[in-house]
Amino acid sequence: MKKVRYLSTGNEACGEGAVRAGCLFYGGYPITPQNELTAYMAKRMNEEGRVFIQSESELSAINMVFGASAAGYRAMTTSSSPGISLKQEGISYMAGCELPGVIVNVMRGGPGLGNIAPSQSDYFQATKGGGHGDYRIIVLAPSTVQEMFDFTYEAFALADKYRNPVMVLADGMLGQMMEPVEFDEDIKPSGMVKKPWAMTGAKGRPAQSVKSLFLADGMLEELNIRLQKKFRLIEKNEIRYENYQTKDADIVFVAYGTIGRMARACVDDLRDKGIKAGLMRPVTLWPFPYDEIKRLAKGGTKFFVTEMSAGQMVEDVRLAVQDDERIYFYGRMGGGIPTPEEINASLEEQVLEKVREGK
Amino acid sequence: MRQLSSKPRSMKDVPTHYCPGCGHGLIHRLVCEVVDELGVREETIAVAPVGCAVLAYDYWDFDTLEAAHGRTPAVATGIKRVQPGKLVFTYQGDGDLAAIGTAEIIHAGNRGENISVVFVNNGVYGMTGGQMAPTTLLGQMTATTPRTRRPKEEGFPMKITEMMATLSGVAYLERTAVSSPRGVMATKKAILRSFRTQLEGKGFSMVEVLSPCPTYWGMDPVRAMERIEKEVVKQYPVGVIKE
Repeated sequence: MKKVRYLSTGNEACGEGAVRAGCLFYGGYPITPQNELTAYMAKRMNEEGRVFIQSESELSAINMVFGASAAGYRAMTTSSSPGISLKQEGISYMAGCELPGVIVNVMRGGPGLGNIAPSQSDYFQATKGGGHGDYRIIVLAPSTVQEMFDFTYEAFALADKYRNPVMVLADGMLGQMMEPVEFDEDIKPSGMVKKPWAMTGAKGRPAQSVKSLFLADGMLEELNIRLQKKFRLIEKNEIRYENYQTKDADIVFVAYGTIGRMARACVDDLRDKGIKAGLMRPVTLWPFPYDEIKRLAKGGTKFFVTEMSAGQMVEDVRLAVQDDERIYFYGRMGGGIPTPEEINASLEEQVLEKVREGK
Repeated sequence: MRQLSSKPRSMKDVPTHYCPGCGHGLIHRLVCEVVDELGVREETIAVAPVGCAVLAYDYWDFDTLEAAHGRTPAVATGIKRVQPGKLVFTYQGDGDLAAIGTAEIIHAGNRGENISVVFVNNGVYGMTGGQMAPTTLLGQMTATTPRTRRPKEEGFPMKITEMMATLSGVAYLERTAVSSPRGVMATKKAILRSFRTQLEGKGFSMVEVLSPCPTYWGMDPVRAMERIEKEVVKQYPVGVIKE
């Protein structure tokens, strides 16, 4: 099969992944550092004869996605942290109505208006249910421009498979940087499913509705029980992660996205120094790979969690390991980007003496 | 014997939850009559608001979604853009359309979205207990204006339909009142014209319907109808606002 290979920003690779996945509707509102993505979609969706709307707000964009998705079509919206906060209402409604849809967050520094530098401080919001109610969304964390394409492409199939919103959680660095991206020239949308629930008009079938209001006694609990069953199924089927040099590791980095990639260099550097380091990179942040971390934790392994946040994912690592003494953390906040040297310096300061002494 | 009237095909044969004398049941029926007359029941997709009409899908026998509060026109935009051949309309109250959803309605109009809007203006939030709406008249008592609506404190009744008339993307706007048999007929005619405007691809249209809320106006249904005729139409004159 003939491959296409070219140099792309993460934002544009993400957009192309969506186009190749058969995204028929895109609604977006300008916000840095994902503006290239919206501009790319404006160009590509028009080329493909599909729908692009620059909405009046992020609220409107996610609700347009709600409508297009309810009509049975693949739909996406993208934004960055402050804009994603505004979309949470719509994401909760989509989860409640069991509507598929893809949301991309190219994270920037927060809280508030923050800045436009890369950050990972929306982990809680993405993985613990940013909107109201008991719901979950699948969260994919790319670490390369190639994964910006691949995960966005796959997100549509996952969303359709489970009738649930899926988020691609990237950051400003991934969005802005350029790398080669490669895919089959004639790649077709995958995982297309029939959508008998869609709002297409009551032709040859009874009228139906898409809603999340259930006032009758017990009905809403019934919906919630069904949703939770679905979330358990997703946890069973969709957990993804990548292990690097973990087999004999005494200390395992846990890091995702941009930092997950940086931590590879940290592992290599430590291995050169004779330290048995490894890396566990969660690819799905929800469902989170608790069991894999539990498995790695057997035999007294130490964990070094590093994030561009005050420490959010580290809470999930603690839940998995159940031994805080073995978990260390280094984070940068507000758009601060660490270097591998800086991460390892912190690791040396916090942990290395213990590893050397075999403690 | 000739049957002169029957329940529209598009209306489910169930009792509604609306209060005695409420205008929603009547306006629901008018919408259904228009859908039937146009023969588009199987091509119709409605978007219900948050508010008293949130349960519209229980009464309409065509596909109906429920949107988040005020996002109704954005949801309708998403549906219509991917299914341009369908009849897509929103049905919104004054809280949904003129308060929390002001941005969505203005920009759907400004984009000239080829959708129809049935805007029911009864001057209060009914579902939540009769609070002040942007459309509440000056001097009107509500749950949140215990000293009545005063311009210095709560501002003025909002004429959003007149505001919409300034937008180039808007094709047709009319205000009617269901407070008399003549007004009911005019309302039906306006809804028909709005739906036709959409089916002909002419762009955004909206019908504002002045409707009674006896419960939260604190008066019996007949007096509520009289209030529309005597007081409400002074603030909100009926007629074609843009065509």
